[in-house]
Amino acid sequence: MKGYEYHKPSTVKEAIDLMGSLENAKFIAGGTDVMVLIRQKKLSPAHLISLRNISDLSFMETANGFFIGGGVTHSEIVGNEFIQKHYSALSDAAGNIGSKQIRNVATLCGNICNAAPSADSACPLLVLDAKVLIAGPDKEREIALDDFFLGPNRTALEKGEMVKGFHMPPFNENTGSTYIKHTRRAAMDLPILGIAARVTIKIGGSQIGCKDAFCTIDTISNILKHLEGEDLVCEDVRIAMGVVSPKPIRAKKAEAALLGKVVSEKLFEEIAEIAASEAQPRDSIRGEAWYRRDMIKVLTKRALLKSIDRVIRPDDLIHPDRLW
Amino acid sequence: MKKIKGYSITLTVNNENYDLTAEPNRTLLEVLRDDLHLTGTKESCGEGACGSCTVLVDDQPVRSCLTLAVAVEGRHITTIEGLSQGGALHPVQDAFVAHHAIQCGFCSPGMILTAYALLKENPSPTEEEIRRAISGNVCRCTGYAKIVEAIKSLADQGRQER
Ligand SMILES: Cc1cc2nc3c(=O)[nH]c(=O)nc-3n(C[C@H](O)[C@H](O)[C@H](O)COP(=O)(O)OP(=O)(O)OC[C@H]3O[C@@H](n4cnc5c(N)ncnc54)[C@H](O)[C@@H]3O)c2cc1C
Ligand code: FES
Ligand code: FES
Repeated sequence: MKGYEYHKPSTVKEAIDLMGSLENAKFIAGGTDVMVLIRQKKLSPAHLISLRNISDLSFMETANGFFIGGGVTHSEIVGNEFIQKHYSALSDAAGNIGSKQIRNVATLCGNICNAAPSADSACPLLVLDAKVLIAGPDKEREIALDDFFLGPNRTALEKGEMVKGFHMPPFNENTGSTYIKHTRRAAMDLPILGIAARVTIKIGGSQIGCKDAFCTIDTISNILKHLEGEDLVCEDVRIAMGVVSPKPIRAKKAEAALLGKVVSEKLFEEIAEIAASEAQPRDSIRGEAWYRRDMIKVLTKRALLKSIDRVIRPDDLIHPDRLW
Repeated sequence: MKKIKGYSITLTVNNENYDLTAEPNRTLLEVLRDDLHLTGTKESCGEGACGSCTVLVDDQPVRSCLTLAVAVEGRHITTIEGLSQGGALHPVQDAFVAHHAIQCGFCSPGMILTAYALLKENPSPTEEEIRRAISGNVCRCTGYAKIVEAIKSLADQGRQER
């Protein structure tokens, strides 16, 4: 490896000042993307600015929703019950990034700032309406994650700017979210396709609950059929897709087609078709375009169903794989 | 190019402090093997994919090939050499031997440390939890069955002790 200088700022301001004053400098958090690039000689910075010692970055808090600091690791996210319950899609993603050894050091922020089309946490944060809090030399600004990604490995960060964290709004309790990562192996694999969904449903006045015996053992498809007369209306919805275009994207036409409708499995099939038409997947070593497009249909429907399952059976969040 | 100077750091490895000079571009793996001569930690892929270089930092498994030595100053590092006490193997090592969970042995240091960390966090993991925990450690020889059995034998003990 070529030599570089290593800097350990202890505040965000110091980090930004360093970035502003040094030529060819790179931030490094967990280093699981940066170190691989350096070892493969695809990156040769003159300075590495480590973010590991900035205590201001490594916290999470419930604050009008939830805030995740720029230094928080995937392991910390997986272990957080509040995220598991209220922002399940992110928990789904964090638990399957690399292996334990990777998750222990790799950060959510690094995953997003690396801006790979396959970044597993991108789709969950998109459906959870995350905003990116950016700190720069002169000011702080906040932008929607959708505007943060510009293309493969390209973000809206300007010279000298860094990400301080992500803010997600609160969602009402009839909200469920899901991320499905489609891979060849069960672990240690990048996604062929990633689909996230978030759905808020409303039922004609009464509470959605699942107290009948059938509910604890039946599939969500059957439960939906059973509840058909009850008018479960989709009050809010997001669908996001990864590895289907140069950057992770929302399926906005599909979202619009579902909003305000009474949900059913059949409708979800139509929605999934629309989502597939919004993608521009390419052939790659991990999967061919036609296959990705077909799988969008399968997984979008599944992600919508699973999100609703999580509203109806919130306790099952702890064992989310029971029926899937 | 200008010469990059080394940094004086103190590394705490297996409860011993080592004062050394490390260039900032040296990985923990390189320092452990080449400077401290703790060659139990193995390098295979060198880019985070295989797990053979796994060591523990504050009891959590990490990839030493992707970790810069200067980044773990002041943290407690445990390598495979740190598990045995006065020549006696650690129970996890004993279980690997007893269950023939080792063939060529190249993956074993990383695999054993990963298992050790799992059992410390969760003394009675299920088979599924065991398989998930070791999913970042590649073994080309054993087919994993014996490794899972070895860890399971300790998990069953953990269950009996509760
Ligand atoms: C074996 C292996 C398996 C992997 N598996 C997966 C997987 O399954 N899914 C997946 O999505 N990814 C995977 N990755 C990629 C990687 O682990 C993730 O993207 C990880 O989250 C990156 O986080 P990090 O903290 O290590 O980032 P780093 O490598 O430290 O940084 C990544 C990028 O973000 C920038 N950056 C970091 N923090 C900030 C900040 N606060 N402000 C501005 N810029 C910043 C850095 O400059 C760099 O460009 C894998 C990597 C390896 C080596
Ligand atoms: S050598 Fe570090 S993971 Fe393979
Ligand atoms: S025993 Fe040979 S690689 Fe695992």
